[in-house]
Amino acid sequence: MPIMKVSKMAYENRTDGRNYDETRDIEIKAGVIDNADGSCYFKIGETIAYCAVYGPRELHPRFLQDPAGGVLRCSYNMMPFSGIGDRVRPGGSRRSKEISMVMENSLRPVVDLGEYPNAVVDVFIELPQTDAGSRCAAICAASVALADAGIPMKDMISSVSVGKVDNMVLVDLDYNEEAYEDGPVADIPVAFIPSTGEVSLLQMDGEISKEELKEAIELGKRKCVEINKLQKEALKNKYQKEGDLNGQ
Amino acid sequence: MSEICVENREVVVPGDVLARGMDYLPGFGTYRKNEDIIACRLGLARVEGRALKITPLSGRYLPKKNDVVIGRIIDITVSGWRLDINSAYSGMLMMKEASSDFIQKGADLTQYHKLDEYLVCKITNVTSQKLVDLTLKGPGLKKLTSGRIIMVNPYKVPRIIGKGGSMVAMIKEATGCHIIVGQNGIIWLKGTPKEETIAVRAIRKVEKEAHCEGLTVSVKELLESETGKEVAVKNANNEGE
Repeated sequence: MPIMKVSKMAYENRTDGRNYDETRDIEIKAGVIDNADGSCYFKIGETIAYCAVYGPRELHPRFLQDPAGGVLRCSYNMMPFSGIGDRVRPGGSRRSKEISMVMENSLRPVVDLGEYPNAVVDVFIELPQTDAGSRCAAICAASVALADAGIPMKDMISSVSVGKVDNMVLVDLDYNEEAYEDGPVADIPVAFIPSTGEVSLLQMDGEISKEELKEAIELGKRKCVEINKLQKEALKNKYQKEGDLNGQ
Repeated sequence: MSEICVENREVVVPGDVLARGMDYLPGFGTYRKNEDIIACRLGLARVEGRALKITPLSGRYLPKKNDVVIGRIIDITVSGWRLDINSAYSGMLMMKEASSDFIQKGADLTQYHKLDEYLVCKITNVTSQKLVDLTLKGPGLKKLTSGRIIMVNPYKVPRIIGKGGSMVAMIKEATGCHIIVGQNGIIWLKGTPKEETIAVRAIRKVEKEAHCEGLTVSVKELLESETGKEVAVKNANNEGE
């Protein structure tokens, strides 16, 4: 995708013609990887995340085991060709390590591994193509894949990025907006537990006023409820399809 | 006012509200939040009287007492054998539970069971920390020699066995295979290669269409067309366990 040169005028209309509260097109599929216990494909705009969940299974090395409950372990990885332009150096980086950690923290409140002491649930995320919002896509994908793997969860987690470009509070920034140069930009990935409205991820990059931050988070909350519907639908579709064989 | 928000046998996902009001009780796979009963697993919702339960559709096997499972020996310790039972936890088969022979202290346990052997065992106990004890003493529990092993989704096992073992009995009868179905989703078959292939195909069909109605009939048709013989559907006793 070409990088568009954004005009010098104030940012009033989004470069791809979306409304301020409109996310990019979302496509979700559950159960795309047969070998995994649960899996998901999540596409938002040009950002694609694949997630595979393995486990609960035995955790090694043993000193990592938790006798009080299972361990959730995430691994976030961008593929070398996934970025825009530059090759992403393969293997772990400081960034991927951080995102793996924030993903764990955002999923932990809903995943109930009390039934699985000393075990581990491994969540692997691979991103073949990225265009901003990759950690949000990863969290959405992981949540669907965990449910698909039959892991007990209180609710599903939905996540989206919100932010401010110039003077506009927006949802789901793409790379062009994140890289906007002629004004202040704030990029705020948020994740919510939709049923309670609790925040399970909140990070920020850039600058934004207190009022605008509140506005942005409210916007994110609203969009997460919508994304949650799509996530649930995707899961049901997988099993409904099997169910359609019913009696026929 | 209490009301149920789902139909019986509807697919539900974590976070779905199953019922509102205190007149209903949360069962397996559900929890109560304030007045609502909410699903915490992916599965089919089931209303049983006042209780709401979820029949899971996916997931790993969780060891349960009195389950007959098929395990593979992964380690030999001083006091017995450790078996992989297709779950997050391995099972321990103590010397005493494996043989009625007197085993000398410090004896070489490989003369009884070697590494990588498959055994049909029964789970005698599961602790809160999921330490699993197994036994080989009981009807039908034995070492498996020759034959083939296939893995299925453990949550589809009840359907593969069928009511009172009717499904597996039909497959056995039609193909002439010996079949043992472990609750952990490991199935052992033995017959001629052709028989085994047909039996595997039938089992895969049951696994894939586990929640469909009229499955017995469609499996019967599959078996008849594959074997070219008439297949009788009968309610056998539960020797298929």
